Parts: sequence; C-alpha cells; structure tokens
Amino acid sequence: MNTAISLAYLAAAVCFIFGIKRLSSPRTAASGNQISALGMGLAIAATLLHGDVVDFRGILIGVAAGSAVGAFAAQRVAMTDMPQMVAVFNGLGGAASALVASAELVRLSMAGQEPALAIALPVVLGTLIGAITLTGSLIAFAKLQEIMTGKPIVFPGQQLANGLIGASLLALCFWSVADPTHLTVFWALVGMSLLLGILLVIPIGGADMPVVISLLNSYSGMAACATGFVLGNQVLIISGSLVGSSGIILTNIMCRAMNRSLFNVIFGAFGAGNGFAGGGGASNGAVKSGSPDDAAVILDSARTVIVVPGYGLAVAQAQHAVRELSELLGARGIDVKFAVHPVAGRMPGHMNVLLAEADVPYELLVEMDEINSSFPHTDVSLVLGANDVTNPDARENKESPIYGMPILEVDRSRTVMVCKRSMNPGFAGIDNPLYYLPQTMMLFGDAKSMVESILSSLREL
Amino acid sequence: MNPDFVLIVTVFALAVLVGFELISKVPPTLHTPLMSGSNAISGIAIIGALLAAGAETRSLASALGIAAVALATVNVVGGFLVTHRMLKMFHSRRGDDS
Repeated sequence: MNTAISLAYLAAAVCFIFGIKRLSSPRTAASGNQISALGMGLAIAATLLHGDVVDFRGILIGVAAGSAVGAFAAQRVAMTDMPQMVAVFNGLGGAASALVASAELVRLSMAGQEPALAIALPVVLGTLIGAITLTGSLIAFAKLQEIMTGKPIVFPGQQLANGLIGASLLALCFWSVADPTHLTVFWALVGMSLLLGILLVIPIGGADMPVVISLLNSYSGMAACATGFVLGNQVLIISGSLVGSSGIILTNIMCRAMNRSLFNVIFGAFGAGNGFAGGGGASNGAVKSGSPDDAAVILDSARTVIVVPGYGLAVAQAQHAVRELSELLGARGIDVKFAVHPVAGRMPGHMNVLLAEADVPYELLVEMDEINSSFPHTDVSLVLGANDVTNPDARENKESPIYGMPILEVDRSRTVMVCKRSMNPGFAGIDNPLYYLPQTMMLFGDAKSMVESILSSLREL
Repeated sequence: MNPDFVLIVTVFALAVLVGFELISKVPPTLHTPLMSGSNAISGIAIIGALLAAGAETRSLASALGIAAVALATVNVVGGFLVTHRMLKMFHSRRGDDS
C-alpha cells in the first residue's frame, strides 16, 4: 500500500514538472495548469488512503471551508487585484507549512520522542520561514489593497529593533533545534517569526511590492520544502523546490528591471531621506499639450505605433478602449504593438494579464529588450499611464535616483504622445524630461476618456 | 549519516536544478499565472496537513493539522482556479482560443 502511495506521489511530482514545462507558451499553458491540478488531486487522493489517516471529520470540515473560500476568491477577484490575491495565497501556503511542521513536532514530543537533528532543524526552519511568509504577505496585501499606507513605515530605532529581534530569533532557533521538545521555546520562536515578518515588510514602499511578493512566493515554496524534510516526503520536497526556485528567479528579474539589489529593496528605506527627494515638478522648459483631435490626426498618418501601457492604464480601466484603438488603427493598415516593461503593473507579468483580459492578442505584447531597437523607426509612441519606465534620465543623468534602470526608449521615436492626468511627478516623485522634448505632445486627462475621445475623432477622419 | 537523509537531499538538489531550468523557460507574459500556479503547487503541504489532521487520536497536533488542511485547501483550490481563469484569457491573433 505504502509503495503505491509513494508511486502516486512520484506521479504527482511528474505532473507538476510537466505542468510548469507547458507554461513555456501561452498556447499550452492552460493545459499545463490542468496537469498540475491533476497531480495535486492524485497526491491528495493517495494521502487519504494512507493507513495513518483514520479520522476524516476534521479533514472534511477543513477541505469544505478551504474549497469554499478558495473558489469564491478565485472567481471574484478582479485582475487588477491579482497581486493582493497572490500575496494572501502565499501567506496561507506559508502558514499551512508552518502548521504542518509544528503539528509534527507537537506529535513527537507528546509521544515522548526526541526528534533527531535531521527532523528538528527542518521543523524550526519550516516554521520560521512559514510564519514570516504569513505576516509578511498580510502586510504586503494591506499595502497593495491600500488598507495601510503604501509609503515606507519607518520609526526611530527601527534598525536596532529589527536587529535585536533577528538576533533573539536566531538564538531561539539554536535553542529549539538543540532542545526541540521544549515547546515553550518553540512557541516563542513562532511569535518572534510572526513579528519579524511584519517588521521586515512595513519599511518597504508600495512600488517595491512586486519584489516582495516574488520573494514571499519563494519563501512559501521553501517552507513547503522544509516540511518535506520533516516528514521525509519527496513530493513535498520536489514541489517546494520548484516553487522556491520560481520565486527566486522572478525576484531576480524584478530587481534587475528596477536596477536595484535585493538588499537595497529590503533595507533601502533606512537609507532614504537624502538623495531621493527629487519631487516638486519644478522643471525648466515648457511642455506642449495637444487635444484628442491632434492625436487622432497624428495617429492616422502614422505607419508604426507603439503603445506603452503602465499601471495607470489599469487604474483608469482603459484596457478595453486601448484594444479598440489598436484594432481601429490595425484596420487602417497601421502596425500597432504594445511595449511591456517588466515592472509595468504590480507583479511580474501583471500588465500582460490585464491586456489579455481586454482581448489584446498576446503576439502584440513585446518585451522591453526586444522592442527597444524598434523605437528609432517608430512614428508614434503612445504612453498611457506609464512614467518612470520611460524616463530618459535613467539612461543619461547620473544624478537621477533611477539612473541605470532599464527603460523603454520611447524618446527615440519620431513623435511621443503622453497621456497623463497632470504634470505631477509619478510614484517615485521624479521629474521626467521626456515631457519637455520637442517631439513630445502631452495629452492631459484620464486615460480612458482620452483614448475614447481619440477613438471618436479617428472615426470621423 | 542515514541513507534516507542522503536520498532526500539528493532529490532536493536535483529538484532545485530542474526548477531553475524549467522556470527560466517561462516567458515574461506568463509570469503572473506562473506565480499563482506555483503558489497552488506550494499548497502540496496539504499532504502533511491531511496526515496530521487524520491521526487516530485527537490532540493539539491534529487541531493544527485541521487548520493547515483548511489553509492549504484555499491555496490549492483558489490557486488552480484563478490560474485557469487567467490563462483562458490569453488568446492568439489567429483567434484560436486555447
């Protein structure tokens, strides 16, 4: 029986690997997800047949409650809110792993067994990582949902406080590994880990949440992996490692796209206060502003157009209007593409999902590295709700706080149109010299109503 | 050192390598579904949760297990469903819905 269960676990692991492999193309991705889900079903079914699982009452309640909440959330969440949803799910995954590790420790100590080092160490690590993931994710959720401020929360002596908590947590880890049946020490460790999760995320600004979510995604995998070591269960180890490496790769991509180190993202707020105060919008030079009719005439005579969408586009719910615009221009023989910066949106790949929801075919979405060489031969770049990712200062001005960040080089195209509510600087509070270039025309207004006005002007041409 | 431990460390090392190899092939377009989908996979902790929750004797350990079952189920069910919902939206210019 146990051999059969182990083989079912192996099959589940194979399903997960194939499932992720099929995510390498949008064409096969949906079936990949189904294969992964099948693997999960298989693993769960096999576990229910295990001889140690005899009392199904609690399981039924847990599964029923969990399924109801999960299915409801999955159906109802708006695509703009995906980052929050993934944050919460990361947290729950971390918490589940921490609970499983704790349960095993409690079980062993109640049975009067002293866990070996090979068990005690992963119990402590799994609980530590899982608990940090839980509270860290809840704070990330609160920031993204704007329940709490998106600004970094800093207070005097914060570094000292974090340092002390980190040090005492380390001490508790050693103590707990050395004397795992001493449960009071273990519960103190749980409490400290939960506290550290909160303290680590509150000083990180809202704009950096994509990095935080990716990192917490990785943590939830590592926690599952540690739990696998506790139970000696290979499918847990394999799945946990897959998720852990996925999170690390995404974290790395996000950091590179912002030209910042992970260390700087996590501890950056402590060094703030000097150098990052570029705000105010007190810039020299005049901007040229245009009407929707002007924009329509220019677009109509263009041969190539690149749309640069930012999160502002999603906030204005302008995705559908933009898709109509791209179809109308396409029907007139104009080549339209979308340039997607890796940090457009609030989590890795978020903008692609928002445009896919608006029925923009995925072939039209081009990644930054691929499209940057096209800007010099592009007639019109239409920037909608994006700011810092188009700032030429990132390339040219060594003084700029975003110097070195890879950008979409819209300033190299023949005409640039920027739709923006006002001249207020963006999230990072940095002025954008793009707006003062001779070939730039500002379209002041809400992205959705602006695109709709351009559409109606275009139809009259 | 016991051979079981060496075996699971081997599995771990190989899985990490496979993970890096696989994930680096996922295009940026699919990074959000990758995150929600891999998140659902990390709900595999449900296996450990079921073992703890279904134990013969009621105890603190089985109570923790039941809580873990509920949380991991949210992760698994919600994660796979929302990933499916997103992936259904990706379609090609040639109109073949996949």
